[in-house]
Amino acid sequence: MTDRAPTDWRTDAMRRRIVRRYGAERRFRMFGLGAIILSAGFLAFLIVTMVMQGAAGFTETRVSLPIDFAAAELTVTPEQLRGDRGNLALAGAGLEGVVDGAAGAAFAQQGGAELLSDGAWLRVRDTLKANPGMLRGRTAIDVPVATDIDVAYKGDGTPEAEQVVAALGDRLSRGLNRDFFGNADATDPTRVGIWGALKGSLLTMFVTLILAFPIGVLSALYLEEYAPKNRWTDLIEVSINNLAAVPSIIFGLLGLAVFLGTFGLPRSAPIVGGLTLALMTMPVIVIAGRNAIKAVPPSIRDAALGIGASPVQVVFHHVLPLALPGILTGTIIGMARALGETAPLLMIGMRAFIAAPPEGLTDPATVLPVQIFLWSDEVARGFVEKTSAAIIVLLVFLLAMNGVAIYLRNRFETRW
Amino acid sequence: MTQKITAHDVNVFYGEKQAIRQVSIDIDQEDVTAFIGPSGCGKSTFLRTLNRMNDTVASARVEGDIRLDGEDIYSKDMDVVQLRARVGMVFQKPNPFPKSIYENVAYGPRIHGLASGKSEMDAIVEQSLTRAGLWAEVKDRLSDSGTALSGGQQQRLCIARAIAVDPEVILMDEPCSALDPIATARIEELIHDLRGRYAIVIVTHNMQQAARVSQKTAFFHLGELVEYGDTNDIFTNPREPRTTDYITGRYG
Ligand SMILES: Nc1ncnc2c1ncn2[C@@H]1O[C@H](COP(=O)(O)OP(=O)(O)OP(=O)(O)O)[C@@H](O)[C@H]1O
Ligand SMILES: [Mg+2]
Repeated sequence: MTDRAPTDWRTDAMRRRIVRRYGAERRFRMFGLGAIILSAGFLAFLIVTMVMQGAAGFTETRVSLPIDFAAAELTVTPEQLRGDRGNLALAGAGLEGVVDGAAGAAFAQQGGAELLSDGAWLRVRDTLKANPGMLRGRTAIDVPVATDIDVAYKGDGTPEAEQVVAALGDRLSRGLNRDFFGNADATDPTRVGIWGALKGSLLTMFVTLILAFPIGVLSALYLEEYAPKNRWTDLIEVSINNLAAVPSIIFGLLGLAVFLGTFGLPRSAPIVGGLTLALMTMPVIVIAGRNAIKAVPPSIRDAALGIGASPVQVVFHHVLPLALPGILTGTIIGMARALGETAPLLMIGMRAFIAAPPEGLTDPATVLPVQIFLWSDEVARGFVEKTSAAIIVLLVFLLAMNGVAIYLRNRFETRW
Repeated sequence: MTQKITAHDVNVFYGEKQAIRQVSIDIDQEDVTAFIGPSGCGKSTFLRTLNRMNDTVASARVEGDIRLDGEDIYSKDMDVVQLRARVGMVFQKPNPFPKSIYENVAYGPRIHGLASGKSEMDAIVEQSLTRAGLWAEVKDRLSDSGTALSGGQQQRLCIARAIAVDPEVILMDEPCSALDPIATARIEELIHDLRGRYAIVIVTHNMQQAARVSQKTAFFHLGELVEYGDTNDIFTNPREPRTTDYITGRYG
């Protein structure tokens, strides 16, 4: 064997290598920066367009409607308006007809009652209940207008509607659409609300979380810490990995067959949606959880076992706290995916038209992404901005959920 | 001399491979016993059979008879968890929990219910850290993370953690291999102080250290116990040529 010649570190070849290395490093930094700028740009674009289109969805157009309650023959006394019976009393007294009549008189040229939203008389009702004194006189009440006028006032209507808007002039005004945060789905875009879908999503996510998180974490712990390593556990591992990759619509079919078919749970209910999404989320949590548990250094386990901690104590005092941040990251990803999931929920009937917010886990409900899907499919022009507004609500929900998870993760983060 | 641990014809296998062959040894209660031998000869493996830490290695299999105070530690009646509390271990690499210094020491006594109340626990923590020669350095920062200490401090923290459980035997696997001479001297002092109260077994690659701290020395080679006896005899008058070669540095 010949001796190696001493290496000369100053040759041109060496210098070129250094220059190339710097170049590679600079290129890598630039690509990385470019990728970040690109994704930040897309995100900003998405948010800006959504906010621009959706902001109008949170507002409504109102017209000032003069009504002479004294002249109208409303057989209601101010006393009857107190409490819950007021709604019934006013409906029974024919308030809707009175409002239509007032509109006919005031806006004869602009289509009369056609000008108002279907829900206009409800606004009159609520105003009356708040001020029973109005029953004895003549007042003007701001009520929501029909959807074509609403759209035209916001600047995107048909020529006929534009004319009406011009004729009404400053009798029209704009205000926050409170009903949007209190109502559920409706056929008239001026009356729809997101609260029904939001509540449906909340209930569904609640079911998903309380099922998928503990079951997923316990499965991960068992598989990592207790299960013997043999062919059966290998098989289970492969199955779980595959489960995480199964298209979500298949889970919908499974939910349809098992929860609705076999167990006879109610259709369109958050509990069924939550169960179905839990099936989908669990494998994600198991995989993330196992990786987080694997990353806990074995020396910590040895240390605890070495002073006489039992296996369960090792897991719950040492391994789980150290793995928790990783597990929570997996949970965020899984839950975010579940929150945005539409296809499997369509299969279990959550696409039905549901006009009242769900009261419980077994009430028919819909969820935000399905609501967005349904509204985006509507022909009426007024639904466009409602769709965007619903998307904003969904994104805010998502951000809030992630924010909580990130907060929790940072709290449990161990600094080594 | 009372025998704390007696091991008879112990064989240890990792899968097919035999790591310990027919080792028989008695560990005295009042003495410090040193295990010496070339790297890979099975010192750690044998040490880990004494508190059944080998149970955690899936491929490991132990044969033979090992008794603590006459009780067979591999019998069905032996509670492994309590055994490990009675036979404490300090690992080759410092492995404090990523928790506060206080919590590191208090953890063992807490899970075994050794302290009733905060003041008793405080006393145990202080006493253990003092015995491990760490109290003066950490008494003002007990809530800092144990992992924020230096390597030598971490090792002493691990020793404090082991003695806080008040075991009967302490097994130390090369406790000074990562320490500077000052920290090493501290730990050797500590071993002197602890002698008599606990039966101590220490694995070391440092011949001077073995000579300084131990009364008994066991020389392992290729999984066999070549020679075992008084430290003085082993170092001044070994019977086996292999022992002579090793301690005079002819191989290692
Ligand atoms: N987990 C394991 N799986 C398989 N073989 C192992 C395992 N641990 C140790 N061995 C083998 O057993 C033999 C003894 O190892 P051991 O760790 O007991 O040596 P040692 O004397 O402590 O060495 P050192 O002084 O380097 O720490 C070695 O040949 C080693 O390769
Ligand atoms: Mg070793």
